[in-house]
Amino acid sequence: MNNIKKYNYFIFIEKITPLIAVLLALLVGSVVILLIGEDPIFVYKTLFSNAIGNRDGWGNVLFRATPLIFTGLTVAFAFRCGLFNIGGEGQMYIGTFLAAWVGFTFTDLPALILIPLCVLAAAAGGALWAAVPGILKAKMGVHEVIITIMMNWIASSLTFYLVLVYKAPATEDMKAAGVQQMIPHTSEIAEAARLPRLYHIFKFFNIDFPSYNQVNVSFLIAIGIAILAYYILWKTNLGYEIRAVGYSPLAAEYGGISVSRNIILAMMISGAFAGLVGTNEVMGFKYRWRQELFTNLGFNGIAVALLGKNHPLGVVLAAILFGILNYGGAIVNIYTEGRIPRELIMVLQAVIVIFVVISDELVKRIIRRRRKIA
Amino acid sequence: MPEVILEMKNITKRFPLVVANDKVNFTVYKGEIHALVGENGAGKSTLMSILYGLYQADSGQIYFNGKKVNISNPNVAINLKIGMVHQHFMLVPPLTVAENIILGMEPRKNNIFIDMEKAIKKVEELSENMGFKIDPRAKIENISVGTQQRVEIIKVFFRGAEILVLDEPTAVLTPQEVEELFEILRSLKKQGKTIIFITHKLDEVKVLSDRVTVMRRGKVAGVKNTKETNQEEIASMMVGRKVIFKVEKKPLNLGKVALKIEKLEALNNKGLPAVKNISFEIKEGEILGFAGVEGNGQTELVEVITGLRKASSGKIFLNNQDITDDSPRSIREDKIAHIPEDRRQRGIISNYTVAENLILGSHYRAPFNRGLKLNFTAINNHANHLIKDFDIRPTEKDNLLKSLSGGNQQKVIVARELYGEPKLLIAAQPTRGLDVGSIEFVHQQILNERGKGKAILLISADLEEILSLSDRIAVIYEGKIVDFLDPNKTDEREIGLLMTGSTANKKLLKKK
Amino acid sequence: MLGDILNAQFIASSIRVATPLALAGLGGVFSEKSGVVNIGLEGMILTGAFAAVAVTNFAQNPWVGVLAAVLVGIFLGLIHAITCVTFKANQIVSGVAINLFASGITIFFSWLLFGETQIMVKTNLPIWGLFLPNIGEGSTFVRNMIVIFAHHSPLVYLTIIIFVLSHIIIYKTPFGLRLRSVGEYPQAADTMGVNIVNMRYIAVITSGALAGLAGSFLSLEQAHFFVKEMSGGRGFIALAAMIFGKWTPFGTAGAALLFGLGEALAIRLQGVAAVPVQFINMVPYLLAIFVLVSAVGRAVPPAASGVPYEKEII
Repeated sequence: MNNIKKYNYFIFIEKITPLIAVLLALLVGSVVILLIGEDPIFVYKTLFSNAIGNRDGWGNVLFRATPLIFTGLTVAFAFRCGLFNIGGEGQMYIGTFLAAWVGFTFTDLPALILIPLCVLAAAAGGALWAAVPGILKAKMGVHEVIITIMMNWIASSLTFYLVLVYKAPATEDMKAAGVQQMIPHTSEIAEAARLPRLYHIFKFFNIDFPSYNQVNVSFLIAIGIAILAYYILWKTNLGYEIRAVGYSPLAAEYGGISVSRNIILAMMISGAFAGLVGTNEVMGFKYRWRQELFTNLGFNGIAVALLGKNHPLGVVLAAILFGILNYGGAIVNIYTEGRIPRELIMVLQAVIVIFVVISDELVKRIIRRRRKIA
Repeated sequence: MPEVILEMKNITKRFPLVVANDKVNFTVYKGEIHALVGENGAGKSTLMSILYGLYQADSGQIYFNGKKVNISNPNVAINLKIGMVHQHFMLVPPLTVAENIILGMEPRKNNIFIDMEKAIKKVEELSENMGFKIDPRAKIENISVGTQQRVEIIKVFFRGAEILVLDEPTAVLTPQEVEELFEILRSLKKQGKTIIFITHKLDEVKVLSDRVTVMRRGKVAGVKNTKETNQEEIASMMVGRKVIFKVEKKPLNLGKVALKIEKLEALNNKGLPAVKNISFEIKEGEILGFAGVEGNGQTELVEVITGLRKASSGKIFLNNQDITDDSPRSIREDKIAHIPEDRRQRGIISNYTVAENLILGSHYRAPFNRGLKLNFTAINNHANHLIKDFDIRPTEKDNLLKSLSGGNQQKVIVARELYGEPKLLIAAQPTRGLDVGSIEFVHQQILNERGKGKAILLISADLEEILSLSDRIAVIYEGKIVDFLDPNKTDEREIGLLMTGSTANKKLLKKK
Repeated sequence: MLGDILNAQFIASSIRVATPLALAGLGGVFSEKSGVVNIGLEGMILTGAFAAVAVTNFAQNPWVGVLAAVLVGIFLGLIHAITCVTFKANQIVSGVAINLFASGITIFFSWLLFGETQIMVKTNLPIWGLFLPNIGEGSTFVRNMIVIFAHHSPLVYLTIIIFVLSHIIIYKTPFGLRLRSVGEYPQAADTMGVNIVNMRYIAVITSGALAGLAGSFLSLEQAHFFVKEMSGGRGFIALAAMIFGKWTPFGTAGAALLFGLGEALAIRLQGVAAVPVQFINMVPYLLAIFVLVSAVGRAVPPAASGVPYEKEII
């Protein structure tokens, strides 16, 4: 009975360590800010008050959190099967492009059909791109880490090629702004394929919310997908098998579970999650595909999954936190007139990851030491 | 007056879940062979690991030749001339015999490079002194288990050991190899070396040791001169109660043929033949025991029958139905139960709860799975039911399996496999590493199934277990069945000989 | 005639492309031979590349830049070692974290110090081979040999020396024997008194140093500038080379050369065939996938690779 209490204690500690990691990282961040010659308190105050101090801020935070929820779930879900899906970036590209293509090709379909079709295309694109490393791992035992990363680069080149094939001319406002003419893009997706902004929903409920805020229905889709991921993993037979394979492939095989089938399924589902980023970026925001090469959403998904302990709820919370940091970082950059680069946030996120990763062991050691004294 | 060479006083060592050593006092005389016995988890290995510097005691002192020493790491132990041969050999498989022996104490050329010629010469010298030949250039992964043990012993004397500690040295040896080992140990004793060996095999204690220390649950239960005690007394000290050595078996009641293996062949992981033209039958209500040293094809044989490995040729029939090359799931659906020899990696998912482990293998079917959702009521009821029936402790179904002891983990496996009334039970090394209480329990379960008319394939390296449980015995050596024996008409010595293939030429393969 | 020179140039440029891959791959070899997987090579290359350019421009001396790159690589290697060996964290996650960190910090300092994300190298390393007397005037063969072998950056020659030294160290010295034992069966090495922690720290820090060096070659000698994210997946391709090379120094070098040839060939095809440039860009990555798939079953990693060392309760 004593052992059970100890294990519960461990589990409780495990849930808190991400918070401690974040606080430590913010501490490190303030040191860096000091070294640059800025005031950390001012920086953090600006960051948080703008990000979560008002509705517009929240909207922006959730808008940026949405794709991170998707890519975070990608990594978390695959990890439950013992797989490192670092290919979220590439799966995201392919799924998103496919969704855009459906959106600007089948322009005559009504929204009731076109929206689900685009969403499906997004998921399918990501799933298919992830199937390749999945099959290679399941059937040939090739380690998925390097394969998925190579597939990222291949996806980047492939979509670059495709965007040139489906290239659309620059619009009038773009020409007027004079900027971003160099980045290729496709034509816009049909009106019927676009997801409405949350503003419209708030308006329906008579809640005051800025109409220019980009957070859209895709956020709700993300929450829904998180719930779905939880349900699959802990309430279904598929989840039982996937997690069994993740914990112990030998025991799973012994128990009659097809290890290769579950590896492929887990990769495909996790790839589908990554592809769904397209619902936010294309269907909910830009309404066209633009070649942006270094979004890093895929890699940030890894950080989000880690911080969220590979659990859907944790992923959502961690994604929101990163959304706060991202948006806040942009604001800070403006308020300090560029003196603090936005990349500080990237560094902070990496530091968070490192701290999360060592925090488990650190806490175990502290507990061990305390018990020796006891 | 015997000279005390080593004294461990008041040694206490705690681990997160257990107190491994509790104020242990252990004294060894120079030049003696001292047996350290106890059940699994009694603390003998921990005590010796402390002696060898792999762990540090929480409290207590160690005296060597009367002087207090602090053994903080293996290097210190090696400098004190203490050498250890571990139960699981500490040999690096892709490296050669010589490389393994010199690791950490490499002879140098120009102080920068390894002088391999010198190393090889020294190895050949040492092995000759001990009376055997060994190829210093052979890779560990290519030599036999018995030879590997000799490498371990050479390793110890390469460092000039005076005290030799052996942890369960005979666990992986055939009876002949055990004899050879004992000869080596006796000759070392004549050379003035001191030997400590850990074992739970009481007949070895009687044959080899001068004195014996018995440990139980982390404490010393008694120290005796071997001549002045016997196996029953030692066993009682180990367990704390009277131990029954023989099992009660009901008379044989055979039914029809359940399992039929015809000319089965299979390769091992290295692509070499492991199962060579094996044929046998098992009838309902009988236990067929496979006796053999581990690594002679038993693992692969079980894997082929249970669908975890493809047969390269031959057929397997269950109740006249061809099940060769069926998937593990299909095998389970055909009601073949499998208690795996690798409990930790195959038999359980340590991060799953007891309840989750208890449905492994039937998790996808009713009543546990209903369409798109798992039926947790059914799962929980099933778990509580089995926990009660099989006395699994602790009784909380949501405990993670890794928090259970080895014996209880095995109970979970047995409970799971026997639920559903299998037609054929395959039990591979079912009591390896278990304490006496758990061994009795598992034996009882197996005999119960036999009484219910199930066919049972028992694979074990423990000859006592084979002899006491089996109705028929098959001896396996190098992938072939050497002979079938009647347990009432044979003994450990004959089985031991067959297990090493020494009379293989005289016996022909018979189908029974 | 022209064809000959083009071919010589072709081989020479393959060697140039292969050099950073080989160095980083060798870093991977050291690390994995001790049992620690280093996915962070990519980030170490990137940071090394940045440090080399930044310090070269400040100090107006490329050798100091190279040194800075190595030091930065050592620093990142140390972080990876602390995380993986002392804190026993998941090694792949730690590597990914280092890559994230590297991406952020290089751009961060790039903005901070230079105000932009593309920095030109102001002072280059000398090419000693250009100072060779004009021997072999009449012989095409000799001239080709000179182009292939003599007109390289000094870092290329340094790389060759490093590889030879590494082979000797790993297979002929006590350090190498202990290193290999730690990566295959650390429990055994531990019982022989080998210090697992020390060995792994040394190996991982070495891998960082080599990756940093690779980065310096990339920015100083190959590209002659630094631009954000310029490592371009080379850290991972280097791992593929290491796997294909069966975790040996010379095998890795050979595999790296293969990649170099592949990439050089792809660039040549760009001019010849009507293949879109984006598909040419895919070649190194497709090659890496092909290499990994073909290595399955034939290349076996060190047995303890990827697993943090825990003393087991016996």
